[in-house]
Amino acid sequence: MLQLDKTSNVNWMILFLCWFVAGISTLGSLFFSNVMEFAPCILCWYQRICLFPLVLILAVGLFPFDKNVVKFALPLSLAGWFLSFYHSLLYAGIIPESIQPCSQGVSCTEEYIELFGILSIPMLSLLSFSVIITLLFILKRRFSK
Amino acid sequence: MKYVIFGISCLILGLVFVFGSSYYKEQQVEKLGFLAQENVEIFVRDHAQTMGSDDAKVYLVEFMDPACETCAAFAPLVKQIMDSNPGKIKLVLRYAPFHDGAEYFVKILEAAKKQGKYWETLDVMYRSQQYWASHHNPQPQLIWRFLPMAGLDLEKIKADMNDPSYTKLIEQDLADAKTLNVRKTPGYFVNGKPLQTFGHQQLIELIQSEIRESYPNG
Repeated sequence: MLQLDKTSNVNWMILFLCWFVAGISTLGSLFFSNVMEFAPCILCWYQRICLFPLVLILAVGLFPFDKNVVKFALPLSLAGWFLSFYHSLLYAGIIPESIQPCSQGVSCTEEYIELFGILSIPMLSLLSFSVIITLLFILKRRFSK
Repeated sequence: MKYVIFGISCLILGLVFVFGSSYYKEQQVEKLGFLAQENVEIFVRDHAQTMGSDDAKVYLVEFMDPACETCAAFAPLVKQIMDSNPGKIKLVLRYAPFHDGAEYFVKILEAAKKQGKYWETLDVMYRSQQYWASHHNPQPQLIWRFLPMAGLDLEKIKADMNDPSYTKLIEQDLADAKTLNVRKTPGYFVNGKPLQTFGHQQLIELIQSEIRESYPNG
């Protein structure tokens, strides 16, 4: 019984961490757009569409703890991950800009900030989606054991 | 216990966001205040159109776009504030033509300046803006129907507006707008202080606080 309790607590903590990362990323993204007034490009918007709902979905899964939340959160996070991966490649110049979907408004390769010299906004997005996905996969594995 | 952890995390995230925002804004104001002292020309270039007395102690710098609806909406307010504080405010207009094709109108405006009809032309532009600058269907050519209302010599405008120096002037203004982090129009600075939250009332308050500071004896 005690063992079971401990496992469920760890599971809860992992999901909580996942929510926390999504929360930080969401607020960070809002900070860039609303406080620093960086206009989000179209790819950023697609990533936001995947990111913002995670904060709510994961929070719902925390109270009471619901295993199914992984099933609902994974598709969003995977879609977000691919978008941010694509965006990072574009930003780094590995994919030429001419085939990018955003020709109007803000360019997706517009350089706003580079934290510590390497972390651009698309990289930050890729990083948080990677963390979220990793945590969700860890949970998935623990459930199937 | 879990609710407590969750609640505290929400609180921390919220607080970090709120304090981070106000900290960032303070930093920006400080940075711009420094720029205003050290590099006045970023705010006030020689080519910029001004209104009001040179002795005025309150400089209201406006980054504007002739095709911007909000700029048009704010123009009467700015005029009203200037009228109610005669001699205390100097308005400096800078260009931030962010709308597609807005440089065209800036060039017309600059050409009108040569005929001494700058403010009349701007007034006509703002009032007729809805006809030629609609977002879904911009029709820049329509502006020529309205320009005679400003008493302009249109043939001369057409010849003058291609002056290459206007392109340079616009580039300079856009570069300064970038330095000052102006990403939307109208962008206001009062003695180098940016309008932190946008709005009629906020602009009035910022100007009035600067007037109080510069004219302590009324």
